[in-house]
This record gives sequence, structure tokens and C-alpha cells, in this order.
Amino acid sequence: MSPLPEIVRVLAFVLGAMAFVGLNAAFLVWLERKVAGHIQRRIGPKEAGPFGVLQSFADGIKLMVKQLVVPAKADPLLYRLAPALTMITAIMVFVVIPFGPSIVAVDLNIGLLLIFAIASINVLALLIGGWGSNNKYSVISATRAVSQNVAYEVPMLITVVTMVMIAGSMNLNTIVGNQGTILQWYIFPWNGSILLPVAFLIFFICAMAETNRAPFDLGEAESELVAGFHTEYGGMGFGLFFLGEYGHVFVGCALASILFLGGWQCPLGWLPGPHWLLLKTYLLVFVVMWIRWTYPRTTIYGLLNLSWKVLVPFSLAVLLVTAAMLKVF
Amino acid sequence: MSGYFKELYDGGKSLVVGLGITFKYMIQPVVTLQYPHQTVAMPPRFRGHIDLVVDEEGNNKCIVCGMCQRNCPSNCISLTGEKPEGGKKKELTGYRLDFTTCSLCGICVESCPTDALLFSKAYNLAGYSKEEFIFDLLKRSKERQK
Repeated sequence: MSPLPEIVRVLAFVLGAMAFVGLNAAFLVWLERKVAGHIQRRIGPKEAGPFGVLQSFADGIKLMVKQLVVPAKADPLLYRLAPALTMITAIMVFVVIPFGPSIVAVDLNIGLLLIFAIASINVLALLIGGWGSNNKYSVISATRAVSQNVAYEVPMLITVVTMVMIAGSMNLNTIVGNQGTILQWYIFPWNGSILLPVAFLIFFICAMAETNRAPFDLGEAESELVAGFHTEYGGMGFGLFFLGEYGHVFVGCALASILFLGGWQCPLGWLPGPHWLLLKTYLLVFVVMWIRWTYPRTTIYGLLNLSWKVLVPFSLAVLLVTAAMLKVF
Repeated sequence: MSGYFKELYDGGKSLVVGLGITFKYMIQPVVTLQYPHQTVAMPPRFRGHIDLVVDEEGNNKCIVCGMCQRNCPSNCISLTGEKPEGGKKKELTGYRLDFTTCSLCGICVESCPTDALLFSKAYNLAGYSKEEFIFDLLKRSKERQK
């Protein structure tokens, strides 16, 4: 079909994904600061460029020109590897995200599985970053991040299994293709299982926890752990953690909109395309930010209780009810 | 078991209420003032350093009685005046306010028999040397006239 050789096409997509992750992070940092400002009835960034849109680029240049300092007692290899790893995973998951019917780097039939396999490596990056820094706050933060990710991976994957059962496919493009108009979106209870809105809620909460976003940002917890796993990082090492975090936030929200809100499909069936995916994703990202600036940080016990006592039983209930309904109807 | 669901319901409801509050705040107008670009209008009773009252022709009401100078607890006022040739009344020739020692008590304004003094509204006062805060009020009043 494509006149270009496969490898050139994939490379072009990877370059595009890298550019997109960078620009996306710049935009999200600006958006976050604007949202935070207006929730606190301030303006937010306003001096650099119109409405302060160039603020993120100014911050980026500042981070890039800083010297990279490796602490004397830190593990030189792990310390340098961690920020790169978090960035690599953020970029790699873009390979299977469908932005449009044909705008996808690799149309993999196990795309959903690949995303979770790669995104799980992110927690390894946090762990080795915290461990390699040789700082007690970083290590505490890293262990917290791991226990949090283990706890939230379980209900998230159970929910994903539910969605795979309903869609009958792990190919993200097929899942989106099944949700032609707004009435066929998987968020609505008449599309296979009565508990689908609950599944969306569980997925969204887990996605927020997996990306270490407030109110689940126990890994960073600046009031108790300085800055958590990136305490010892400065300059672009910190910058990559930051870019990676926003990349993962985007991927989490994009996945939620692909699984439940019809991805690149238009709600009314006109002009499907990447703009719809971006619109839905950024709407969810806005909700994530809105939540961050509303709630205080939870405690580690509250966080784990929420997962093991609420989300896991509920996701299992959703799975069982869905399986029963698919069998009966 | 019913306690479990009640807790979930109450917790979820409180979270939604919280989101509603922050959303309402977000769409309300901002309350901060962009200071260097915008400035606050000072209230009428704001007490800055003193200034001379000037009428439309640029004349001050001072009769050089020296009440302000004598009453000043910080000794920061010194004024000079002389009778012009052929004139009856003394006229002000120099009014020096040392703002570095002024305590903004306002006794000078209260004691002035002709109400020739007022509190200015100036608050953007910053400088590099002490000398910048020794004001010649007569010169200032002429500058304001322009």
C-alpha cells in the first residue's frame, strides 16, 4: 500500500512521536499552570509570548543549558539510565496508538498488551532512578512508587480484560472501529455490560495513579520527600522525568478515550480523524489537572486501601457481570 | 457491609462537590492585580509622605508659621521663608522633608493652621541612596503643577 519501505515509515512515525511528546509536554505544562492559576483565581504565566505560551520553551531552554551533575556517591550508570528509560517508554507506547484509521506506526494485533508491557517499565525507571541517586528520600519514594504501581496495575488490567472481552480484540484500531457513533461508545452501559461506566471510572483512577499524578503523587510528595525519586536530578535529567510524566499522562488519557470514548471517531459520525482523538484526550487531561488542583495528596495507606479494598473488588465484579452478560445476551 | 457502600457513596459525593467548587472558582474572574502593569487606586485616607496643597494657580497656602517644623517629633521638617519686597505676608522659599526619619505620624498636617499640607498617595518609593528621600516639597509642588 505504502510506497515507502516499512522501516522508513516506522522511523518517520517514531520521529513524529518524539516531536509530539516534546511539544505535548510543553503544551501540557503551560496548560497545567494556566488551569492551576485560574482555579486559584490567578492568571498563571503571561509574560513570555501571548498568554505566556512560550513559558514552557523558556523553561526547556533553561533546563537544557544547565550542567548535568552526577552526585559523587550515586551509581553513575543507573543514575544516567533512569531519565532516559522513562522517556523511552513514553515514546515507545506511541507506536501502537492509532491517531486515525491509517495514522498508526504499527497496526499491531496485540497493541493493548504492548502498551501495558512497555508502560510498566516506567516504574522500573523510577525505581532505578531512586536507587541510583543514593539518597534516602529517593529510595523511600521509589519503593512507594513501586507499591503504588503494583497495587493499581491489578484493577487496571482487570478492567482492560473486560474491555477486551467486549471488543473481542486487542488491536486498538479495531476497538476504535467498533465505536462508530456516540451511542456505540464503550462508556455507555448498553454496549455489552451494564457496569461499563464503572469500568471507565476504575480505568481513569488507575491511569491517574499509574502516572503518579496528584492526588496519588506519593512518589513526589514534596512536603515529606523533598522531590521524591528526582530529588538528585537537575537540568535535563529532571527535564526528561518531567517530559516522560506528561507523555505518560497523555498516553493514559489517550488510552481511556480509545477504549471508552471512541478514539478518533466523531461522536456523530462525521469526519473521523486525529483531531477527535486529540480533543477527547486533552479533555481528559484537563480533568486530570482539575483533579490535581482540587484534592490534597492521599496518604500511602489511603492509597493502597482504595486499590485493594475498592478498585480490585469492583473491577472483579465488573469482569464477572460482563462475562455473564456476554454469555447470556 | 452497608457501612462500606455508604462510605463509598459519601466519599464519592464529597469529591464531586469539591470538583464543583474548584470549577466555579476557575470560571470566575481573577482577583490578582498585575502589579507593574496595573496599580491599586489608593483609598482617600491613605497616609503617604506629606505634600503641599496647591491651588489652580500654583500657589501654596503656607504662611511660614513653622508650626509643622516645631511639632514634628522626628525633626524631619525644615522650612524657610521671606517677605517679598512690598509684600505684607511671608512667602515660602524652601520646604525640606527628610523622609528617611519621618514616622508618618501626621502631626504636621494636624497642626497646620491654614491646611496647607496633605498626605500624598505616593507608595512606589524605592531608591539607591539616602539623599533621594530628602524631598524639597516646594519643588515637588511646582513639578506637580506642570
